[in-house]
Amino acid sequence: MTQLALVIDLNVCVGCHACVTSCKQWNTSGWAGPMVDENPYDADPTGTFFNRVQTFEVGNYPQTETVHFPKSCLHCEDPPCVPVCPTGASYKREDNGVVLVDYDKCIGCKYCSWACPYGVRELDEQQKVMKKCTLCIDRITDQTLPESERKPACVLACPTSARLYGDVHDPDSEVSVAIRERGGYPLMPEWGTRPANHYLPRRKTRMHITEDELQRADNPLTKEDITVYTGEETLDDVTW
Amino acid sequence: MHPAFSVIFLTTLIGAAQGLFLALFTGQLYASIRLIEPQTDVFYAVGSALALGLLIAGLGASFFHLGRPERAWRAATRWRTSWLSREVIVLPMMMAVVFFYGLFHWLEWTDPFVVLGDDMLAIDATFVIGAVGTLVAFALYVCTAMIYASVKFLEEWHSPYTVGNFIFLGAGSGFMLAAAYSAYIGNHLVGFYGTWAVILTLLGLATRGATLVRNVGLRHKSNLQTAIGVRHRTIEQKSQGFTGSSFNTREFFHHKSPEFLRLVRLAFLVLVFPVPILLIALAYVTQSATLPIIAFVAQYLGLLAERWYFFAEARHPQNLYYQSVA
Ligand code: SF4
Ligand code: SF4
Repeated sequence: MTQLALVIDLNVCVGCHACVTSCKQWNTSGWAGPMVDENPYDADPTGTFFNRVQTFEVGNYPQTETVHFPKSCLHCEDPPCVPVCPTGASYKREDNGVVLVDYDKCIGCKYCSWACPYGVRELDEQQKVMKKCTLCIDRITDQTLPESERKPACVLACPTSARLYGDVHDPDSEVSVAIRERGGYPLMPEWGTRPANHYLPRRKTRMHITEDELQRADNPLTKEDITVYTGEETLDDVTW
Repeated sequence: MHPAFSVIFLTTLIGAAQGLFLALFTGQLYASIRLIEPQTDVFYAVGSALALGLLIAGLGASFFHLGRPERAWRAATRWRTSWLSREVIVLPMMMAVVFFYGLFHWLEWTDPFVVLGDDMLAIDATFVIGAVGTLVAFALYVCTAMIYASVKFLEEWHSPYTVGNFIFLGAGSGFMLAAAYSAYIGNHLVGFYGTWAVILTLLGLATRGATLVRNVGLRHKSNLQTAIGVRHRTIEQKSQGFTGSSFNTREFFHHKSPEFLRLVRLAFLVLVFPVPILLIALAYVTQSATLPIIAFVAQYLGLLAERWYFFAEARHPQNLYYQSVA
């Protein structure tokens, strides 16, 4: 079975919102659109988005760290939003595991949004149906596009390559390897929703140098020739 | 959660309607075994019309909750998995049962099929419809309650108490309405219905009180740590990704102060429980025809507040992601 998903690397996300705008641009003009905005240039603008980038601060000043956190539908493997839908408008695709809403069936009862703990479903204020990330289903299944472009718009737009895309059920895919080897984790695992999307944690690159790495432990004389220069010409002064 | 008036009216109106129907049939049952004095068919027919009116009003209110009400019929398709779908099926069944119960009484099609015992229990068409209707009424209470109780993310609702609340508070207000109706037309059933209303209201007090106590001590499963997956005790949201509002900031927040919430809780605790019980007791003593009506109205207003509070007190885990604008 295939389960397409995103893996988002929080270590490199810079919070630029390129994925947000590219998502909006692609999807509002495509199959999943429109993503209606209300009062876009007025007080209290509001609109439909499939993807949001939030920012959190971890720790207390001065020991703080900023985490930019992109959030969209996680295409859960056990999606609680699907069985509650009274019309069958919400469904999970058998062939690739993408969770979608059929706009022609949705009655806008909002029940599915209550049953998603992640708050990624948004009711469109004008079309009055539930909308959410489609993983750009119209791009990724479009055989006329070259292979390299058969990816969600956000993945293509990300300037830091913080968004990986692929099949998390294929153990050798880029996303599976990233999850396995770089500590990928799901959000709110306590609910048993088994999100397909994973996040890669922030990591610090630290050099660990121990004493015996400075002193050659295997030096038979246990004596290092540490030359002390006193003004004479050294190798650094040689002009080549 | 945001308390939507469409759903508040839907649940309180149909709750009272189901209760009224249960009251009418309970009355018929008691009368047929001669525990209370028999009533005319018109009493049941007009009572059913009242219940049907409330059901229709509730259904009407529910349409305001839908974005696309013209497609509401589609909601009957997923009854295997969705409690909402089940309610959409059972509600029209309830309306049909109430309609036929009233119709058969109105047309006086009440010749018994069989008479049980020594002329004790006469089974006629209305009796059969009433018995079926009792099952349907309880099924509808369960469906309505399970819409809320089955969502595990709303931990304030995810408990058997929620089902108890919908049954007892709905049935209590229905019997209260039956008492008011009896007082209005001046028959002798005010005491009978009033007693049942008080019993059901007290049961409701037990389950609603237990819910309140449970929710005070509720520890939510999710927190900011699991929401973004960072193990640190101090995490603060600096931006939710937009400065305006969104569906997420509207649907899941009540946007009212804690004082206002406490006020609403006090209001419903007073209006739903002690006030109607005292008024019914007073009506019993003074034989007043107006007090039971006031008792029902007070309790209904209290139930509106109760339902408002029910929504407002539920805190959805998605709110963890929407704590700070920018
Ligand atoms: S993230 Fe929410 S909307 Fe997406 S599949 Fe999971 S529960 Fe459903
Ligand atoms: S809002 Fe639409 S997709 Fe969501 S549960 Fe209702 S009918 Fe289904």
